[in-house]
Amino acid sequence: MLSLKPIAHPGSRVREVAEVGASPHDRYVIEARGLNVYYGSFRAVKDVNLKIERNKVTAIIGPSGCGKSTMLRAFNRMNELVPTARTEGEVLFHGQNIYAPDVDPVQVRRRIGMVFQKPNPFPKSIYENVAWGARINGYQGDMDELVERSLRQAALWDEVKDKLKESGYSLSGGQQQRLCIARAIAVKPDIVLMDEPASALDPIATLKIEDLMRQLAENYTIIVVTHNMQQAARVSDYTAFFNMDEDRAGYLVEYGPTAEVFTNPRDKRTEDYITGRFG
Amino acid sequence: MQSKERMVGGSPEAIDLRRKVHIGEALIQGFLFVCGVISILTTLGIVFELGRESLGFFTRQVWENTDKTLATAVDPDSTELSLSRGGTGIQAGDLIRIENEIMRVETATGEVAIVVRGQQGTEAVAHPANTTLFRGRRVSLLEFFTGSKWNPQIGHFGILPLVTATLITSVIGMAVALPLGLSVGIYLSEYASDRARKILKPILEILAGIPTVVYGYFALTFITPLLRGVFGQNTVQIYNMASAGLAIGILILPLVSSMSEGALSAVPRSLREAAYAMGATRLEVAVKVVVPAALSGIEAAFILAMSRAVGETMVVAIAAGQGPNFTLNPFRSAETMTGHMVRISGGDLSYDSIDYNSIFAIGLLLFLITLSLNIISQRIVRRFREVYE
Repeated sequence: MLSLKPIAHPGSRVREVAEVGASPHDRYVIEARGLNVYYGSFRAVKDVNLKIERNKVTAIIGPSGCGKSTMLRAFNRMNELVPTARTEGEVLFHGQNIYAPDVDPVQVRRRIGMVFQKPNPFPKSIYENVAWGARINGYQGDMDELVERSLRQAALWDEVKDKLKESGYSLSGGQQQRLCIARAIAVKPDIVLMDEPASALDPIATLKIEDLMRQLAENYTIIVVTHNMQQAARVSDYTAFFNMDEDRAGYLVEYGPTAEVFTNPRDKRTEDYITGRFG
Repeated sequence: MQSKERMVGGSPEAIDLRRKVHIGEALIQGFLFVCGVISILTTLGIVFELGRESLGFFTRQVWENTDKTLATAVDPDSTELSLSRGGTGIQAGDLIRIENEIMRVETATGEVAIVVRGQQGTEAVAHPANTTLFRGRRVSLLEFFTGSKWNPQIGHFGILPLVTATLITSVIGMAVALPLGLSVGIYLSEYASDRARKILKPILEILAGIPTVVYGYFALTFITPLLRGVFGQNTVQIYNMASAGLAIGILILPLVSSMSEGALSAVPRSLREAAYAMGATRLEVAVKVVVPAALSGIEAAFILAMSRAVGETMVVAIAAGQGPNFTLNPFRSAETMTGHMVRISGGDLSYDSIDYNSIFAIGLLLFLITLSLNIISQRIVRRFREVYE
């Protein structure tokens, strides 16, 4: 049974290998039910119901300020790092509500990792960047092997294998972002959330990240926020279109297989957005 | 739409790209430059003055009592002195002083010395029997750095007692202020709610604004009795270095905490988020990500704190003791370099005395100690520093 509850001995955080015992072969890995997120009195996300399929890439698209990032951060409780943020509703991760009172956000984030808009490697060596998460999580195995495997999965190994001791900041922007992806997957999460992971990168680096997302989908469930519709069309299996009204609260307009959403949108607003009439 | 016309078909002379003189900018630039120059010149001036007056300390003739006296009276023309037995022997080449007259010794055999009279502009006069002889000498660097007694008036020039007292009070102060100050900084930057921060920061600022003389009496009238209560009246003297050191620690605590809080808060939020997103706890984020990333700022806080601790004067002058005392026991009384300077310079210190020059020698050493501590700690921290962009 997968446990997200706070563990008794916070000093030793060695856990059993995450067994997704309850429902390892469920089609859906995470699901938002009646989700509302507020910053103070402002509602940023309104009544969202969204089911994310396992080992697929799901894209969240929509105009600026419509709550895409807030929605994404609701999946691993990152919103609560903002003191005024408040979440209502449920997010079920393998059937368990991650907002239940006895759930430890640290345990949630350990299983649901995140890659950010701007590459944010630690000011440490490339090796230490990748090893950091595993180390704080009490990883006992062969660290060199884990670092190599994670960097290979992030398609970065060949570029950095000779300079693992150098600072993460010695890399180019695109390499830094792949380092951040390697760092996120080194703790072996179920889900990787990506918040506009390529928006700060040049087109070639962007393509590399997109290829990588397709590869990673074999082992991980990926949810990606993007304002680039071509990117969503290229990489994602499913697309969720968010929009907002006058009150600036983001809500889910349409959700379905990417091909359908882009070629045959059911909602007029989706059609207007993807054909470039607004946004 | 005049501007549009100009953009499209405008004549070339309508666009002026020539350099313009910005008087305001030039003035401000000049003012900033002058400020920089003034501060550099002031520093150089202080170092120069310290060096010059300390040179006076090391080149100055000091007169040491030889415990010899004239066996018989001498008249102004006589070059032969008969001396009493005992005391320190004098040798050829020595300068000696009898009353106000300085003489140079040509030969000295037993109790008879042949001298040249009236040296260094003094006048050869008659001296009665039983007048004391003083021998002139200079303070050597070896004596200055290795001697364990300090009393320039009677020819003891060992700086060690003052240096050890300074180091002991500073080390105690740092042992209090660095861990506590950094912890307060981490708390304020990583843990405290906005409300807690709004209450705590002004309190720390008040602490930083209390005059140091108050801390001195706080040490003497509160910390000392406390220490004596805990460790016993016989172990802890009324004036002691431990009490002064603890007060210094409290005194520099706000400096360390506010500077390290500033450095910690400046670490980009994105680094914290990255760590949280990997399942790090607050403590792990603070200790393993934020503190290493802020190390250069924390270092600056530590260096400044160290310089303050070494240079702190009022607290040690009041609470540590009034007399150079060579001891490593923090519960004994001893006088620090600054404490000694402030004590002997109070009241009637004459310009042309050895004490006057000694103040500058101590000051120069204090300056060199602070400077080398700064350099050493910068070297150490450079090794562990993490640079973020």
